[in-house]
Amino acid sequence: MTVDDRFTDSPFQKADPAELTRFEVMDGPVSDWATDFSHMDEQYAENAHEIWDDLRGRCPIAHTERFGGAWLPTRYEDVQAIAYDTEHFTSRAIIVGNYRPPLDLAPVGGVPPISSDPPFHHDARKLLLPAFTKANVAKQEVTTREFCHSLINAFEGRDLVDAATEYAMHIPIRVIADMLGFPTEDTPRFKVFVENALEGINRSPEEREASTEVLFTYLLEQVRDHIDNPRDDLTTYLINAELYGQKLAPQHVVGTMALLLIAGIDTTWSAIGASLWHLAKNPEDRKRLVEEPALRATAVEEFLRAYAPVTMARLVKEDVELGGVEMKKEDWVLLPFPAANRDPEKFERADEVVIDREVNRHAAFGLGIHRCAGSHLARMELRVALDVWLDRIPEFSLAEGAPMRWSTGQIRGPRMLPITIG
Amino acid sequence: MKVQIDAQLCQGHGRCYDLAPDLFGEDDEGYATLTALTADGIVPEGREGDIRLAAANCPESAVLVLEEALNDRR
Repeated sequence: MTVDDRFTDSPFQKADPAELTRFEVMDGPVSDWATDFSHMDEQYAENAHEIWDDLRGRCPIAHTERFGGAWLPTRYEDVQAIAYDTEHFTSRAIIVGNYRPPLDLAPVGGVPPISSDPPFHHDARKLLLPAFTKANVAKQEVTTREFCHSLINAFEGRDLVDAATEYAMHIPIRVIADMLGFPTEDTPRFKVFVENALEGINRSPEEREASTEVLFTYLLEQVRDHIDNPRDDLTTYLINAELYGQKLAPQHVVGTMALLLIAGIDTTWSAIGASLWHLAKNPEDRKRLVEEPALRATAVEEFLRAYAPVTMARLVKEDVELGGVEMKKEDWVLLPFPAANRDPEKFERADEVVIDREVNRHAAFGLGIHRCAGSHLARMELRVALDVWLDRIPEFSLAEGAPMRWSTGQIRGPRMLPITIG
Repeated sequence: MKVQIDAQLCQGHGRCYDLAPDLFGEDDEGYATLTALTADGIVPEGREGDIRLAAANCPESAVLVLEEALNDRR
């Protein structure tokens, strides 16, 4: 037996400080959303829909000098054009921050395949797709349902719960821990990993790098444990996977594990939370879904359209004119799929939530080659989470006077969601 | 009516096989396929509405519907 020595040293590579392009952190109040937007602002978290509608009417592509310069398209047409254009836009970095990673990180990127560009992207993605087909994720449905019931069992005797932190959050964390084969008792750490990766972007590069190193160290421990004790899960699969006739580079294995851990949690947590938030404040929709379980799958698509949690990002690869603006090489571009989903040019009654909307060509999971690889898993979790909640807790509403908070950054969803049961 | 999946456009969102699991399927990577019922792209009689709905929900517009006016208006 040959020894797998790829993971003897940590695959975490500190970036050469000279190669990082750093920008001054600008976290003051936004003066004008069209010229100085910040997706890290609490106003953006709270009023994103109004801000996008306003910008769509007057820009429609907003700009900011923050983060070293970033664009924010708001029309479906522009978001789609950028998502499809891998010639002019690179995925080398997909979370906007105050520094840009070195150019030579492309085409693999730190967390393949979401951070990869063609043609490498296609091959790295192909490795992952079989695990995430609808048929394969259906195998997780029974345990997911049981887990949702166990969360609701824990509400016994209470009439006030936080649906964000006591329900929605735990579901994707448990599902991805099971798929990666990580110990259940480690799951409280995952929330911290996610916050560091996605919400801590205004911290210094050193701080961000330090938290990434903590994550990679954890993942490396898991890899080593799986090398010693192989099992039927995604971690063992990635350790053994081959690309171009060779085992994957250690950075690729651990980077993909980081992606699977981070990308599946905040996003699905947000979608479940936003759906429950909508139902808590719209009793007619809630009653209808309680009485008509057959309508729930359709309603889930509408919640995904109206409350799509994920905004992706790109860096401009070559200067390009798009939607009437001149984007320069290395500018950031946000891809707000939720704003595209509310474009009245594309959707009738775009600003309304119509739970029986039959034609719903929404882009919640992205468009083009980077379509969310976990979309079937996310849909399964969202459907099961709502199913179990509506069957067990048919009567609920937003707790009056209790604080509610939406997350800032590229993933938008409720982070505090106090709900009164009954 | 005939139906095709444009393999260049399909990204495996799976809306078609979600909405009409007997008319569309998924391959080992989640990309859409036709099924025994839609073999050779021929749409079973009475299922035109399901095909149109699947096409209208595809985010990539990868479900191509070829209307044949004569058969369709019966």
